Amino acid sequence: MIAESGHYALVLALALALIQSTVPLVGARLRDPALMNVARSAAVGQLLFVLMSFAALVMLHIISDFSVANVFENSHSLKPLIYKITGVWGNHEGSMLLWVSILALFGGLVALFGQNLPLSLRAHVLSVQAWIASAFYLFILITSNPFTRIANPPIEGRDLNPVLQDIGLAVHPPMLYLGYVGFSISFSFAVAALIEGRIDPAWARWVRPWTLLAWTFLTLGIAMGSYWAYYELGWGGWWFWDPVENASLMPWLAGTALLHSALVMEKRNALKVWTILLSILTFSLSLLGTFLVRSGVLTSVHAFATDPTRGVFILVILCLFIGGSLTLFAGRASALKQGGIFAPISREGALVLNNLLLTTACATVFIGTLYPLALEVLTGAKISVGAPFFNLTFAPLFVPLLIAVPFGPMLAWKRGDLLGAAQRLLAAAGAGLAAIALVWAWTRGGAVLAPLAIGLAVFVIGGAVTDLVERIGLFSVPLATAARRARGLPRSVWGSAFAHAGLGIALIGIVCETTWNTEHIGTMKAGDSVNVAGYELKLEGLTPRPGPNYRELAASFSVSLDGEPLSVMTPSKRTFTTRGMSTTEAALLRRGVSQLYISLGDTTPDDAIVVRIYHKPMVLLIWFGPVLMAFGGLLSLSDRRLRVGAPRPAKALRAMQAAE
Amino acid sequence: MRRGLAILFALALIASPAAYAVQPDEVMADPAKETRARNLSRELRCMVCQNQSIDDSEAPLARDLRLLVRERIASGDSDRQVIDFLVARYGEFVLLKPRFERQTLLLWLVPPFVLLGGGLALWIYARRRPQRDVAEPTALTPEEEARLAAWVSGDRPSDAPRS
Repeated sequence: MIAESGHYALVLALALALIQSTVPLVGARLRDPALMNVARSAAVGQLLFVLMSFAALVMLHIISDFSVANVFENSHSLKPLIYKITGVWGNHEGSMLLWVSILALFGGLVALFGQNLPLSLRAHVLSVQAWIASAFYLFILITSNPFTRIANPPIEGRDLNPVLQDIGLAVHPPMLYLGYVGFSISFSFAVAALIEGRIDPAWARWVRPWTLLAWTFLTLGIAMGSYWAYYELGWGGWWFWDPVENASLMPWLAGTALLHSALVMEKRNALKVWTILLSILTFSLSLLGTFLVRSGVLTSVHAFATDPTRGVFILVILCLFIGGSLTLFAGRASALKQGGIFAPISREGALVLNNLLLTTACATVFIGTLYPLALEVLTGAKISVGAPFFNLTFAPLFVPLLIAVPFGPMLAWKRGDLLGAAQRLLAAAGAGLAAIALVWAWTRGGAVLAPLAIGLAVFVIGGAVTDLVERIGLFSVPLATAARRARGLPRSVWGSAFAHAGLGIALIGIVCETTWNTEHIGTMKAGDSVNVAGYELKLEGLTPRPGPNYRELAASFSVSLDGEPLSVMTPSKRTFTTRGMSTTEAALLRRGVSQLYISLGDTTPDDAIVVRIYHKPMVLLIWFGPVLMAFGGLLSLSDRRLRVGAPRPAKALRAMQAAE
Repeated sequence: MRRGLAILFALALIASPAAYAVQPDEVMADPAKETRARNLSRELRCMVCQNQSIDDSEAPLARDLRLLVRERIASGDSDRQVIDFLVARYGEFVLLKPRFERQTLLLWLVPPFVLLGGGLALWIYARRRPQRDVAEPTALTPEEEARLAAWVSGDRPSDAPRS
């Protein structure tokens, strides 16, 4: 009954989406407010039905109803409750349902909080949103129905993939999807503007916060995924330039560019056409990511060819939306008026440079990810494009970008003073040089590039600090005044300072981890000890332990530094009986922002075990940076300017003048 | 299976033997040679895995390749010779960083072209567009002066545009 209700709710959501995708458009044509307002109630209704459908699937997983194929294939009655719930989106069907739920959530939010949007703009935005929703409801209902029943229900499920039985699954996919799908709002706004043929002032006001929200979640989602891979996969890697990762990195790069160009549009009414194009591209890349991941085309072109239903369906959606929106763009863009003129050296100019570099970085990831696929389809030749390619092409793009980051906020709008900005950044540059000298002196004869990169990172952080210090007049006005100014400073200024500093902090982590990582691979027996980066690790013993749906072999290491015992680390190896798979549970010991990392390998016949021990200096900064960036995003979102909302022009103003 | 998000997405395909990449018995005695072997391993693809270097992969084929690389290094090959040997044996597919040649022309040229093309387009655009705003502001016309004076003194002239 639950499954059928969930299925039915999804069908109803599709029906509402179809209404929402047509009626408001007709209303906008006829200038009929009643028809246009259908969009609002339809969007809210859609949200309710999708949530019901999603709740139904969660319920089925919780009660372990193995008569539903999706539950049977991905759950087990002995699985802990949290993994029964997270297992809902740990599979294709369920994750697509999460995708549309989030899409409906964003649509609902626009409907609920969009009272101050011009009626026709809101009608258009929600219509476009409903087109996307309809396409994906159809996709789920036709090719990936999570509610399919099994005729002869089995007694026990096949269990969730053990690697996914981790708290990471609870956080990473929802965050990532909130980001991916959140960009649909900027897309819908862009398409709505193109349909209307004009950019309302409310448009610019609206696009930036939504983009910021999506970007914040995507940043957290990617960082979380990276940390999850780091501790779960058992060999301490945190970014692999895998196509699936690239699929999430592309919208992030484009979204970051969009965030900055939307800023120019909001403040200076310039770069309108470009911002619209970028909104379309960002969401297109999200769709492309969905296609790459969901169609199976990445595994191999042949796997895609043998069961192409899902892949082709998404490909059609992809072509319709990307092709349609770009065609619309080509036809209408010239009608949009350009405003806000600026000199090349100005805040706008700096943001254009940011966009150029980020877009190129995005294009690099795009070509690197798709080239092997395209080449194989076209010529049959097989090549690989992996980490070495991306590392080589990415660095030359990110170095100038990072050098430019501190300059941006220092330049005035319209026409800036580069020399003046450089002078104001002297302290930051000095800090960077000092960092280079220090690191170089400390690691004499070591890597040459690493100290330079750390200097660059310190410069970026110093730039962010300088910006804040200057704005609040720290050191030049009394402390109390500075503190008052700090409180009065717009939160968006704090936000961008945090985000930029986060970039520098992440860079420090990346450089330290890749350059000064210590690794020990060896076999150890109980009683053996080994010295890694000054830490003494002694294997005390191996103990088998039972778990709820697995057995595990835990090793206990006592860690000491200079003879002082520090802690006990217990990495383990789990074997999941149902799937016959095993996972490694690495043991992590945090020392400041560095970590000791132990993971276990196979046991040898003579009772020894293969161990991998790493010392990863500053490694936590890699994720602390993005968290700081996301925090900056949230801070900026809480800016008073956005809470107050877009100003109501015309009427309100006139009323005020009359009252004078 | 082991790439970040792939954990989630490649679900249907994965099976995860919890062994490791480089095994203790593979490590070469000479640390300098071992470092070379590790660096080379990172550039070589495990051909039965998804986008995984032989340094990371636990597949038996990757182990064979790692041993092969070490064998060649031990017999005195240069890095270049090791790579050439492997390409001759397994084709371009084994390289994670494709060589610059006819079929990878586009791959290598797109990033610089996008950057240069974008930069050039911006430059032309900036030059073609008159920087009116940026130049000195033009003086007000007498009519505008009069209207401004009226605004400042407080009475609103009837011909002033509303809103």
